[in-house]
Amino acid sequence: MSLRCMLILMIAGMPFIASAQEPLQPFAVQADSIERSLTGAPGDPARGKALIEDRQRSLCMLCHTGPFADPRLQGDLAPDLAGIGARLSEGQIRLRIVDMKRVVPSTIMPSYYRVDGLRRVAPAWRGKPILAAAEIEDLVAYLTTLKD
Amino acid sequence: MRGWLSLLAIGLLLAAADSNAIEEQPKLSGLEFVSPETRSLQADDASNPGMLWVLRGEQLWQEPAGRSQASCASCHGEARQSMRGVALRYPAFDAGAGQPIDLKGRINRCRTDNQDAPALEHESEELLALTTYVAHQSRGMSVPPVEDERLRSVIEQGESLFRERIGQLDLSCAACHDDRWGQRLGSSPIPQAHPTAYPLYRLEWQTVGSLQRRLRNCMIGVRAEPFAYGSPEFIALELYLMQRAEGLPVETPGVRP
Ligand code: HEC
Ligand code: HEC
Repeated sequence: MSLRCMLILMIAGMPFIASAQEPLQPFAVQADSIERSLTGAPGDPARGKALIEDRQRSLCMLCHTGPFADPRLQGDLAPDLAGIGARLSEGQIRLRIVDMKRVVPSTIMPSYYRVDGLRRVAPAWRGKPILAAAEIEDLVAYLTTLKD
Repeated sequence: MRGWLSLLAIGLLLAAADSNAIEEQPKLSGLEFVSPETRSLQADDASNPGMLWVLRGEQLWQEPAGRSQASCASCHGEARQSMRGVALRYPAFDAGAGQPIDLKGRINRCRTDNQDAPALEHESEELLALTTYVAHQSRGMSVPPVEDERLRSVIEQGESLFRERIGQLDLSCAACHDDRWGQRLGSSPIPQAHPTAYPLYRLEWQTVGSLQRRLRNCMIGVRAEPFAYGSPEFIALELYLMQRAEGLPVETPGVRP
């Protein structure tokens, strides 16, 4: 499957989201990236750094290493995120957090902004994305600053 | 056409390699992945906290219970002889019920049917103590192959549960325990998920817990709704894990972080 020549337009915002939540923002995937901010506004890199280091909420450090606090608590199941802002564009980073499965279908990286196609989700999490749109934008803003 | 066929062949090869993942690798007890301190806790009966449950189980074994006022010992005598190797056969096919039953379920069946006593709660101290005591009688003996043909389809069901992606994080047991054992999830090394040390003392629990409690922890970890204690799904998973651990020795009571 070629990603380069593929243009997928995906409208999220699934009808069965529990009414209490904000619906998923629609987003457009072009090749292997999402160019526009999910919220329409740029995120905050400082909040993004704090979020990545909050293992319970973002879970990133369960799998990834990177230039973050407490290296002993970082897993080794995924690529190092040092220099990720030099390797990938902002839009590419955004798609990888939103839904890594569109880039690597067999990946173990959870799709952070997707609520369909899942099985046996515990009631507390059902119909909710792992992170909210604004939180993902904070992560994107932070990761694009990791240039080396 | 030729291209398709060779793609298909490669696909089949990969699938075969994948499903044999654990068989082609050395089988290692979860004990191999814990710290030296935790290892030595397990190794020495005087310091292994799980031994308290073994002792409690030994008392319960002798105690009359229920309307029959029979004890386990009234029927089974000396556990050191009568229960030796028994844990290796569980989960087993229960012909009366027409379905598989695990060791805990079997012990509870003896309570209700033979002692005429109320069933014990799944994670109650009493049931954990009796199960730990009985499993301990097989310590050091290796898990034999499963030979009962009636269990074939249950093993298959267990395997497909093991490979199914579940929960908000959309991960399967196999993704961690077949494909990534030995690597680290955060600071925890991922073990191969062998069931041979259960019930075991987990430092995080500060108590002894069952294999199903451990499985619930992994399911909650991927934000899935865990199966109910004693459910057919858990018994199928237990049985799959047991045949996957063939050849490994029983360690009960194990100690884990
Ligand atoms: C359960 C494991 C897991 C978690 C949790 C996880 N990732 Fe990943 N991530 C991966 C894997 C594995 C890859 C590599 C893609 C592949 O081959 O599957 C990856 C790839 C990436 C990439 C692309 C890296 C590159 O060099 O191309 C980025 C960016 C990324 N992850 C960011 C994140 C962020 C940010 C979080 C948390 C919000 C996160 N990941 C959480 C497993 C994970
Ligand atoms: C994201 C990774 C991950 C997934 C998915 C996962 N586990 Fe685990 N599992 C672990 C880790 C890490 C440990 C060890 C944790 C510890 O001891 O602190 C563990 C421990 C275990 C153990 C205990 C082994 C021992 O020696 O005591 C068993 C059994 C087990 N898992 C079975 C399963 C089953 C069955 C599933 C699916 C329902 C599953 N796991 C899903 C990561 C995972």
